[in-house]
Amino acid sequence: MTAIRNFFKTFLLWELLLGLRLTGRYLFARKVTVQYPEEKTPMSPRFRGLHALRRYPNGEERCIACKLCEAVCPALAITIDSEQRADGSRRTTRYDIDLFKCIFCGFCEEACPVDSIVETHIFEYHFENRGEQIMNKDKLLAIGDRFEKEIAAARSADAVYR
Amino acid sequence: MFEWIMESFYSLPVVMQILFKITLIVAPLMLAVAYTTYAERKVIGYIQVRIGPNRVGPRGWLQPIADAVKLLTKEVIVPTNANRFLFLSAPVLAIAPALAAWAVIPFDDGMVLADINAGLLYLLALTSLGVYGIIIAGWASNSKYALLGALRSAAQIVSYEIAMGFALVGVIMAAGSLNVGEIVLAQQGSIYHWFLLPLFPLFLVYFISGVAETNRAPFDVAEGESEIVAGFHVEYSGMAFAVFFLAEYANMILISALAAILFFGGWLSPFQGLLPESVFAWPVLGWFLDSGVHWFLLKTAFFLFLFLWFRATFPRYRYDQIMRLGWKVLIPVTIVWLFVLGVLVFFKVGPWFA
Repeated sequence: MTAIRNFFKTFLLWELLLGLRLTGRYLFARKVTVQYPEEKTPMSPRFRGLHALRRYPNGEERCIACKLCEAVCPALAITIDSEQRADGSRRTTRYDIDLFKCIFCGFCEEACPVDSIVETHIFEYHFENRGEQIMNKDKLLAIGDRFEKEIAAARSADAVYR
Repeated sequence: MFEWIMESFYSLPVVMQILFKITLIVAPLMLAVAYTTYAERKVIGYIQVRIGPNRVGPRGWLQPIADAVKLLTKEVIVPTNANRFLFLSAPVLAIAPALAAWAVIPFDDGMVLADINAGLLYLLALTSLGVYGIIIAGWASNSKYALLGALRSAAQIVSYEIAMGFALVGVIMAAGSLNVGEIVLAQQGSIYHWFLLPLFPLFLVYFISGVAETNRAPFDVAEGESEIVAGFHVEYSGMAFAVFFLAEYANMILISALAAILFFGGWLSPFQGLLPESVFAWPVLGWFLDSGVHWFLLKTAFFLFLFLWFRATFPRYRYDQIMRLGWKVLIPVTIVWLFVLGVLVFFKVGPWFA
């Protein structure tokens, strides 16, 4: 009996019509498309985008060249050289992140004892020439200076959960 | 003014007149093809709860133009060791029958380029000629995928040609003529006189095999992008690829137009015979409700929409299932219904065969 019923269901295209009804209903459903450059989806304060190096309010760079980020980086994307500055404090002479190696895991940010290296909400960037993907200390500090307000806001929003 | 235009038109040499008429058919057809691609992307987008193209021009209306310009400016690459002559003539062989078939399509009463008596035979011949383009493209490409796609397509089209031919035999039996215009006129009377009712199973068989003939989803194993990349046109780029694209969509429109003509009364209005004759004399609404080319276009557009709807709904058939459906289901159905039809015609049943 079931076999006969199944035969007629297939033969009379019943199942195909059910499928057409389903897709036909979706034709009139509300569309979920986000019109990207004009509309954007909400972004978490924990979003891990382009890196930045931060400074203290007095202008002193936070990084103390402890190299914890370099050690924790699973992709070996960070290279740090350090020296003693004239005032006796230890600072980096070189802080490079190879963005082609970086997997944006955020471990560097978590490892940092002074909240110096952070990942910002910036994700719309591109490179046009070979070598531009190496973020050196100057570039990272420049990003940090430019977006300090937003970086600080994101940190304080997330501070309660840390 | 109008008479002057007609007079000067008829004073032209006959060849010029015919060329002018061909332009009048092909130019809107090409435009329709371009906007079918747009409609396809929009409809499938909507069914997938997306918006579809909406960036080029207002609401994306210039998208097909942008696509055409892009393809025109791209290079046509001929693969190494490909047969250059066949490789480049295959797209032409694919599109020529798709366009030539429109010669016998009546858009309105008497509005047809070639009013030949063997019109349906001509259509049948030309729709099966299109497969040569695909086979030659697959062979000349010197590529495994292209060859596999061409083989699949050849076997599939040959199989479904039979079912489609039988379905058309039913139409011929009902209409008593091979002339496409006369087939439409045989459906005159009212919506109940259309061949849809007495030939309903044949209509289904015709449309299913029409979808298969044009290599459209769910019968698109010839292109099967998940299995054989793009089938017969993997190696094609630029305008050569675009011509294949045009051929596929021109064929789609042709199959839809034929479905409208053979089973849905072509240019006949569905209100014919239902509303009193005086209604058709009303200024604008009367013209719309009366038979005319707009009904033919509306019906064709409806079947085109069905093509898109099917593509958005059904997953691709497995190859052996396609063959099973064609040989073991569609052909027996048509044979049985041809027998039933013979009985109906013999006893002059209903409003159709009286």
